[in-house]
Amino acid sequence: MAKMTIVQAVTSAMRNELQRDKSVMVLGEDVGINGGVFRATEGLQKEFGADRVVDTPLSELGIVGSAFGLAVNGMKPIAEIQFSGFMYGPFDQLYSHIARIRTRSRGRFSAPLVVRTPFGTGIRALDLHCESNESIFAHTTGLKMIIPSNPYDAKGLLISAIRDPDPVIFYEPMRVYRAIKEEVPEKEYTVPIGKAEIKQEGSDLTVISYGAMMKDVKAALEKSDYSAEIIDLRSIVPLDTETIINSIKKTGRCIIVHEAPKTCGFAAEIIARINEKCFFNLEAPIERVTGPDTMIPFAKLENYYLPSEKRILKAVDKVMSQ
Amino acid sequence: MVKKVIKNFEIEYLQVLDESGKIDEKLMPKLTDKQIKELYELMILARTFDDKGFNLQRQGRMGSFLQFKGQEASQVGTAYALEDKDWMFPMYRSGAALIARKYPIHMIYLYYGGDERGLKCPNDQNNFPISIPVGTQISHAPGCAWASKLKKEKDVTMVYFGDGASSKADFHEGMNFAGVFQLPCIFVCENNQYAISVPRKKQTHAETIAQKAIAYGIRSIQVDGNDVFAVYKATKEAVDNARAGKGPTLIETFTYRQADHSTSDDAKRYRTDKEMQEWLKKDPILRLEKYMKAKKLLDDKYKKEVANKTKEQVEKEVEKYENFPAPSPEDIVKYTFAEMNQDLKEQFEEIKNG
Ligand SMILES: Cc1ncc(C[n+]2csc(CCOP(=O)(O)OP(=O)(O)O)c2C)c(N)n1
Repeated sequence: MAKMTIVQAVTSAMRNELQRDKSVMVLGEDVGINGGVFRATEGLQKEFGADRVVDTPLSELGIVGSAFGLAVNGMKPIAEIQFSGFMYGPFDQLYSHIARIRTRSRGRFSAPLVVRTPFGTGIRALDLHCESNESIFAHTTGLKMIIPSNPYDAKGLLISAIRDPDPVIFYEPMRVYRAIKEEVPEKEYTVPIGKAEIKQEGSDLTVISYGAMMKDVKAALEKSDYSAEIIDLRSIVPLDTETIINSIKKTGRCIIVHEAPKTCGFAAEIIARINEKCFFNLEAPIERVTGPDTMIPFAKLENYYLPSEKRILKAVDKVMSQ
Repeated sequence: MVKKVIKNFEIEYLQVLDESGKIDEKLMPKLTDKQIKELYELMILARTFDDKGFNLQRQGRMGSFLQFKGQEASQVGTAYALEDKDWMFPMYRSGAALIARKYPIHMIYLYYGGDERGLKCPNDQNNFPISIPVGTQISHAPGCAWASKLKKEKDVTMVYFGDGASSKADFHEGMNFAGVFQLPCIFVCENNQYAISVPRKKQTHAETIAQKAIAYGIRSIQVDGNDVFAVYKATKEAVDNARAGKGPTLIETFTYRQADHSTSDDAKRYRTDKEMQEWLKKDPILRLEKYMKAKKLLDDKYKKEVANKTKEQVEKEVEKYENFPAPSPEDIVKYTFAEMNQDLKEQFEEIKNG
């Protein structure tokens, strides 16, 4: 088996699907000869031709809008948006049309497309290049929202996303794009959408996260004496409530970590569900460790923004001390 | 039944100074020798700044950098036609235009060095923070120009963007507003032939970007963007028209990005050395020097003087940039609203100690 980074796993997934299904195509800015600015489409245009791996004009609205039309008329477009900070331009297409076509046409039309984009903070980039805006899309009824944390899941989930009958937003954690290398099958396989993974079993508390923060969460918890059950959500819509609830029933304590701003960040939704389903299993109030409600600072102040190991461990101590 | 042509359109192209350094006297804009030297010195300053920025990045002294090398005439020539009080909406590659607009050089470095304070325009200037999303600034400029018009002020607004940005809705919607409301707005499309790896041909099936203005009832022109005289002439006319209440203009400067798209890019992946060599011959500074030499406005001594003076100036700016005091962590929460709310105060307490 080959060792792959997340970027390579993403390429591998697209290659498998382009081979398997003639209706699959990739479109975006610089995805052709340049192989994408992160090289996620490296070699694909050469292998599958410029009709199936397409350099588009510079227009996110055009990319996502035409992906919609393509999908409605039988193609399976994978749209690449260069950075998640450029998802606001095509948001109208996603919110007003793509997410609701199945409902509006009462099932006659659907939009089986994938919009994939690198996301997340901590890469020392200029503004809008490291947004963590997943909640906006999670809150858009009709879109599925996937955020893998490692190469194996990235490939399996992307293949599932491409085969999914509904529109899927696929967020690739930039900070660990190349930081994790692990064995990933060259052959096709799927990882189910909407299934969280328990990365580590534990009995004292449940720690929930997703994306690039998984790495930091694991590293932080290694320094703690408590036995933590660590859950990688992998999909935030649909959310695997069952896995979360079962874990809380076992541990009675929980912290949630994400890099997105606090207010209406996805942790809020998780806390609400725990409240609804197993409030009386809780031994302590749930803690969330998130970014503050601010713009994501540039490089020089970036370190203050991202949930630090120290803040994670402080939250652990807080829930354990009650 | 009637079938007839109801409208014909033409697109003008302007070149004053050719590659060999010769000018067309009839087309030459009114510029004193002193002004020509000023233009030259600004272009040298811009290029020195640009080369230095690249070096700083390669030495790990700057996060990322976007070079405008090759576009000095296009940016200096346009910005030079503005009055200090006029408004300017730059993009991430507008360093030369900002320098011509007297924006503090160390602050441009500061921005690319990963510090928001580089975007804080001095109070006596009207240079907007650079736009990072491609093209969004194109729809801001008409609004800004509109305000000047409503307030009966004579200021005009200039906005910069690339050929890639002409594919965005912002471009079309912005131009349409400027046309409908006849706003004192100048749209400068720097057609440097590429949007990262995507060549101009793939950006639009139209032969020129200038012709897109026709659909919005706006004047437009394509100029040789490596010819500072043509750029200045076309811009000066556009600015005069705007100031006189005669509405907007789109100027397409036909030029070339001599460097990689950014310090994370490798242009060798998508364009040939041959193409680059052809464009290097058209370099804007080279041809201006040829012209000035023939006109006895430039000799080796003056050239060296300018080079040395400029180098010194840029080094001083680098020093200022590198010795700029570290930002306060409080800056993260300080500017979200005019007044910091309770949430932000609490959240800052949480993050301030890491
Ligand atoms: C809305 C948006 N999409 C994508 C990007 C990424 N990106 C940055 S520059 C660029 C190419 C822009 O080309 P052009 O408008 O021709 O200007 P140039 O960079 O050549 O000066 C792209 C795709 C971005 N910054 N904003």
